[in-house]
Amino acid sequence: MDRTNNSEPILKLEDLSTHFAVPEGIARAVEHLSYHVFEGETLGVVGESGCGKSVAALSILRLIPIPPGRIASGKILFMGQNLLELPMKKMRKIRGDQISMVFQDPMTSFNPVFTIGYQLSKVFTLHQKLSRKEAVKRSVDMLEACEIPSPERIMKVYPHQLSGGMRQRVMIAMALGCNPTVLIADEPTTALDVTIQAEILDLILRLKKKFGMAMILITHDLGIIANSAQRVVVMYAGEKVEEADVLSLFEKPGHPYTIALMKSLPHLGKTKKFLNEIEGVVPPPFRVIQGCKFAERCPEAMERCRKERPRLRSIEKGHMVACHL
Amino acid sequence: MVKKKHREYFRGLSLIVKNPLTVFGLVIIVVLVLSAMLAPFIAPYPEQGRGLSNLQERLKAPSIRHPLGTDNLGRDLMSRIVYGARVSIKAAIIVVLIVMGFGVPLGLIAGYFGGKIDELIMRFADMILAFPSLLLAIAIVASTGPSLLNALIAISIPWWPWYTRLVRGQVISLKEMQFVESAKAVGASSSRIMFRHILPNCLSPIIVQGTLDMGYIILCLASLGFLGLGTQPPTADWGVMVNDGREFFLTQWWISTFSGAAIFITVLAFNLVGDGLREAMDPKIRWRFQRT
Amino acid sequence: MLRYILKRLIWLLVVLFGLCVITFTLSRVVPGDPAAAYIGPRARPEQVELVRQQLGLDRPLYVQFGFYLRDLAHGNFGESLRTHRPVLRGIVDHLPASLELMFSAIIIALFLGIPIGVVSARRENTVVDHLSRLFSVANVSMPSFWLAMIFQIVFFRWLGLFPIGGRIDTVTALLHPIEKITGFSIVDAVISGNWVALRNVLLHLVLPSVTLAAYSTGLIARMTRSTMLEVLREDYITTARSIGVSESEIHFIHALRNAIGPTLTTAGLCFASMLTGTFFIELIFFWPGLGTYTINAIFLNDYPVIMAVTLLMALFYVAVNLCVDLLLAIADPRIRISK
Repeated sequence: MDRTNNSEPILKLEDLSTHFAVPEGIARAVEHLSYHVFEGETLGVVGESGCGKSVAALSILRLIPIPPGRIASGKILFMGQNLLELPMKKMRKIRGDQISMVFQDPMTSFNPVFTIGYQLSKVFTLHQKLSRKEAVKRSVDMLEACEIPSPERIMKVYPHQLSGGMRQRVMIAMALGCNPTVLIADEPTTALDVTIQAEILDLILRLKKKFGMAMILITHDLGIIANSAQRVVVMYAGEKVEEADVLSLFEKPGHPYTIALMKSLPHLGKTKKFLNEIEGVVPPPFRVIQGCKFAERCPEAMERCRKERPRLRSIEKGHMVACHL
Repeated sequence: MVKKKHREYFRGLSLIVKNPLTVFGLVIIVVLVLSAMLAPFIAPYPEQGRGLSNLQERLKAPSIRHPLGTDNLGRDLMSRIVYGARVSIKAAIIVVLIVMGFGVPLGLIAGYFGGKIDELIMRFADMILAFPSLLLAIAIVASTGPSLLNALIAISIPWWPWYTRLVRGQVISLKEMQFVESAKAVGASSSRIMFRHILPNCLSPIIVQGTLDMGYIILCLASLGFLGLGTQPPTADWGVMVNDGREFFLTQWWISTFSGAAIFITVLAFNLVGDGLREAMDPKIRWRFQRT
Repeated sequence: MLRYILKRLIWLLVVLFGLCVITFTLSRVVPGDPAAAYIGPRARPEQVELVRQQLGLDRPLYVQFGFYLRDLAHGNFGESLRTHRPVLRGIVDHLPASLELMFSAIIIALFLGIPIGVVSARRENTVVDHLSRLFSVANVSMPSFWLAMIFQIVFFRWLGLFPIGGRIDTVTALLHPIEKITGFSIVDAVISGNWVALRNVLLHLVLPSVTLAAYSTGLIARMTRSTMLEVLREDYITTARSIGVSESEIHFIHALRNAIGPTLTTAGLCFASMLTGTFFIELIFFWPGLGTYTINAIFLNDYPVIMAVTLLMALFYVAVNLCVDLLLAIADPRIRISK
């Protein structure tokens, strides 16, 4: 366990709501979301595509495009400061230096007309005021730490010349270069070949431990969560529906959605005829729903579920569920 | 297939009205077309608009009797400009019709049949497109002799390949769709498929392109007129009028200025409307306009 | 990469051939008798017939075309009906003046158009954006000959800031003549250290080149804006922001470097079509370039000149397009360095 004795979370989202203007109205991608991470711990954020987990992460670094997006309410507290109220100049100092992000798609996340070296050394010239030469040296060191062979040669190469896995390693090098306090990993392995997913995840976890960072690991894959996170937040349609430490979550899932997610995991060893599916689809973010958002797909929905939005309540220490059951 | 597009059109149209610049352009065009059609009634001195000179009044500055002044032959400039609108609009419509009448079917054929026919048609089109259009138009008129008809033909020739290319692209993407398959299964002939099924679905980019082009065609015609290679006197033509005013323009500046302004405002209006149409039709751009 | 270049060069040759066909056709469409036009109105019928034979006009069309191509290959573009001097000579003499105008204009267009486009994209949907877009559309809609005259009235007549036309004041030309080395007044003046003449030439260059630049400025600004908007939506821009890059650097370096491609293509096309634009500008500003040469030919029905200029201008246009495409291929590392 990497949790230190410090009981104040290092990053805390409080009642965050992020909205987008779309032709159909207002898409409430994130609604009244609150979660927190402690120093050195790994928080898993789990949910289907479109549940708002990525939008929440982008909101932390204020990377949401402001029209058409808008952070409608909430606070994001980092080391005591509310990031949402920070002047952009200070926010930029934090980006890449104290809070970093690894993105999902390595194929589109690099600028095609600049070399890897140029893009990687940027973090060092920006935040550590290093000269070009020094930045290059630091970059090479980081590439080595990310297990990239012949790092000097890679520095001079263009992104399209590297494979997805290699690019993701470079992305990790970029994110970790300045030894950030918090790393946000947004589906870091989803777009990669199955064969290297485990390698990359492994690398991230090792480096995280080595540098002692906190990490928000965003994924739709419960399997990854089981192996890497200490605590988990389950999101559905922009809201948090369950929060627990990883053991409690797997032993005693409280929310029907969580239960359904776990049922749909393929199990090694047990042969099943079909993979369980969750019936129905996620409601579109611009639809205003009274009551529980999961009610229409929930096998145990009651009348009350359709009328009243369930609030988060504790079912045991450190384990919260938003459900009427 | 066509119904879905109709819904999109309505949404697009409503967006057009929201953009003030596009509305401005539309208003100008309406004014223009009305002036052209109602010229004999709007122009204060219609016969002068048609060409009757009045040498006693030549080169008079703008006044109450002649709000835009008179030209070098004493004709009321306002009337001349109004009649010039007539000429410009008529000419532009004729050119657009010729260009579409020639370019669109070629594009349909090229896209639908593909293969060698496609290659042949497109190479030919590319060849013409390789030429700078105004230059080609000038060369054609210069060789065949200055007249309005020659000018119209000369402008049409460099222009039709744009439509062929446009339509061909559309046809290629539409060719594979379900409704074409069903039409074929029913036994429809190629030409029927092309014209009754595929063509209606290509219409929107054609219309947008046509609108944008109207402006350029008018500009082209005016340029030819300025060089004396288009409309011949005494017909009112804005380009010719700008040239007529050139001798005097340092002192009697109004002739060239107002005639040229007419060209400018007209082309600007078409461009604004064309831009507005293009934005309204493009789903990517549309929703960026909205605010939370 | 090499294959790409080769393909384009072959296409260039095909297009050239097509251009020759077109100009040849045009030259034979000409009303009237070219032989009579050549020899003058007072020739006797026998002389006209002789000339006709000399010019090969009595042979079948495809033979004439053959002669035409052969002449072109030898650089013989015919003789001006007016001066009876080789057209090629006339073109070469007048070309530098036009090129000087065009280079100045494209530089102005790039230096004005690109920043306007970038700023417009950066401040999308604000007042600044709307004004820039209006400016761009206006530039693209203006008849160049009209703009030229407006400039003359405003800046010469009313404000007296710039001369009405010409390349250099007669007085200055007499007192400080520029030694003709390259034919480009600016270059020649600088080489020979003739600062007085240089100043005068630059003064004369302003109005015509700004007028010529107008259309291109608008086009370049629009193209830059729309490409920038697309690029700014790409994931790698988010990545750059996430490591803390400043907004200015994002726009002017990270995004622009990707957006510059289509802009430069547009600029190339603009440059090429400026050659046609010179017709009007040179006419109104009394600039002694290719445009003036051609316009005079048009007014005098000097067909050999008209045809030759058309062919060469079209060739120029095609060649510039090709260069732009090649430069683009070189600049994009994805094409340059294929796996």
